[in-house]
Amino acid sequence: MNLHEYQGKALFREYGLPVSSGVACDTTDEVLAAAKQIGGDMWVVKAQVHAGGRGKAGGVKLVKTEAEIREFCDRLIGTRLVTYQTDAHGQPVSKILIESCTDIANELYLGAVVDRSTRRIVFMASTEGGVEIEKVAEETPEKILKAAIDPLVGPQPYQARQMGFKLGLNATQLKQFTQIFMGLAKLFDEKDVALIEVNPLVITDEGNLHCLDAKVVVDSNAMYRHPELGAMHDPSQEDEREAQAAKWELNYVALDGNIGCMVNGAGLAMGTMDTVKLHGGSPANFLDVGGGATKERVAEAFKIILSDANVKAVFVNIFGGIVRCDMIAEGIIGAVEEVGVEVPVVVRLEGNSADKGAEILSQSDLNIIAGESLTDAAQKVVAAAGGVA
Amino acid sequence: MSILINKNTKVICQGFTGKNGTFHSEQAIAYGTKMVGGVTPGKGGTEHLGLPVFNTVADAVRATGADASVIYVPAPFVMDSIMEALDAGIQIIVCITEGVPTLDMLKCKVACDNADVVLIGPNCPGVITPDECKIGIMPGHIHKKGRVGIVSRSGTLTYEAVKQTTDMGFGQSTCVGIGGDPIPGSNFIDILARFQEDPETEAIVMIGEIGGTAEEEAAEFIKNHVTKPVVSYIAGVTAPAGKRMGHAGAIISGGKGTAAEKFAALEAAGVKVTRNLAEIGSTLKEATGW
Repeated sequence: MNLHEYQGKALFREYGLPVSSGVACDTTDEVLAAAKQIGGDMWVVKAQVHAGGRGKAGGVKLVKTEAEIREFCDRLIGTRLVTYQTDAHGQPVSKILIESCTDIANELYLGAVVDRSTRRIVFMASTEGGVEIEKVAEETPEKILKAAIDPLVGPQPYQARQMGFKLGLNATQLKQFTQIFMGLAKLFDEKDVALIEVNPLVITDEGNLHCLDAKVVVDSNAMYRHPELGAMHDPSQEDEREAQAAKWELNYVALDGNIGCMVNGAGLAMGTMDTVKLHGGSPANFLDVGGGATKERVAEAFKIILSDANVKAVFVNIFGGIVRCDMIAEGIIGAVEEVGVEVPVVVRLEGNSADKGAEILSQSDLNIIAGESLTDAAQKVVAAAGGVA
Repeated sequence: MSILINKNTKVICQGFTGKNGTFHSEQAIAYGTKMVGGVTPGKGGTEHLGLPVFNTVADAVRATGADASVIYVPAPFVMDSIMEALDAGIQIIVCITEGVPTLDMLKCKVACDNADVVLIGPNCPGVITPDECKIGIMPGHIHKKGRVGIVSRSGTLTYEAVKQTTDMGFGQSTCVGIGGDPIPGSNFIDILARFQEDPETEAIVMIGEIGGTAEEEAAEFIKNHVTKPVVSYIAGVTAPAGKRMGHAGAIISGGKGTAAEKFAALEAAGVKVTRNLAEIGSTLKEATGW
């Protein structure tokens, strides 16, 4: 689960990390009031969306006057910000973070992530702050310093010192860097973080380290032990259909094709999309209906798939393992009747009692086409959706 | 022979009397797995499915000599259950549970490695050696004893590969679902190494998916250490970047972990890949000349 910058910074503050004083506001008036409260004659206003690249997209601005604040807020609040990291619709802006200004002498990068291949939390630091770290990693990997945290021993200050010396920090900065490193590591561990980025970690004109941005992604699987993080969840940043599906514990991801897919199992759901594509079609979504595939879940899945107006046909691909396919077939028929599905539905049932399932489907007078194999079903659904794209 | 488990493997179940533990233990017993009991704290001394229930894994191991454990407890209790099994001397821990926090797995993985204990999963279908031992939630009836080792990050895709190898008459030596999480207890390399050593495994099917670099690392391992024919399929060619595709580990992030990269790495390592899910069996036939 992604956090907003202002939420990430609240966590940073809790762990003693240096962040700007700022206020997250819902309205232009609130932003103006916050500017007075923060004081000074220059501020930074930042649109709060779950995406990077806000600066280039006009979502971050240095402002000096009330008029500039008004212009920025009125232009953004209630609209959608499109950045290179979002889709064409962008992300809705409902909050603006206003902060005191920081003088920047130099920009560094500091981040941490669960590294899958070494199975460690790995910290990364670089003198190349303020730019995309992926690009740095790609073009100049030697500029990225790494430190792996031992899962049993935890982070050690020497790891920060090692990085700090290589970053060319002075004695005071080294102390500050060590404190930031240890604080981030503690935050990572205690809050079940999946990814944390301070980009940029700046050196101010006075020579102090300061966390100018905060990107925090927490492990969704660990939310049960962090109700305080659960409260930070902002469903407005998620695709509406994906959020609706999540309520039914269905995994749904919207795509831009015209063949709706309903599948049991995440791997097979991906494999089904790929199979549709292989036969010249274009999948409209990823959807894992889960192992049960009961009538209720299938009905909900149909509703979500069909809420996408692009869908011209639906491909139901179920590998009945322990669940019998004849039961699944009845569930599908019931769901199609209940939801009132008007587009053709191609069903491929495999596994336990698949023949019986196919028989039940073929006897129904609904617009359900039985696929005899994965390939046959894929070809039929591509044809039903209007042929090869 | 087979890998990891066979007809002599004595299995206990943690979370035995719960809904999932009960259902899948019944299926395992019906399949012929040597289930010797289960653990549910507070229900020790009772009987369930005709088997003894113990309060602790240590009690169960002492009384039954169990060497494998299957875990069905809810995600918040998985780390506790894995550590209890480890401490009690269980040699193979299979964790089916989905939704385990990643940081818990980082710790469990180190602990299991240090004790030289095999951990499979979490978020996986389990392990099966056909006609001998079934530990997990896979449908036993689609399997057939035979000569193909199957290793996969996905449950249902494993079943597809199993069905195709069964239909073509090849059968399976052992099938291992390593699970869809970012930090699996065992990875492709751990299982490939065992298949390479196993005389009954004559060819290997490896099913990967987008996210991480486990397939690329496996490709490197195959190039240097695996002499048996390997066939591979990768799911997620059409998956968009930055979106989690159901499995916690199935996500293309920072442009890394795409299916295209994985196919390329595997092909470069001499693996026979197929981009058609329906052709795993026929690709295997081509690769082996069977």
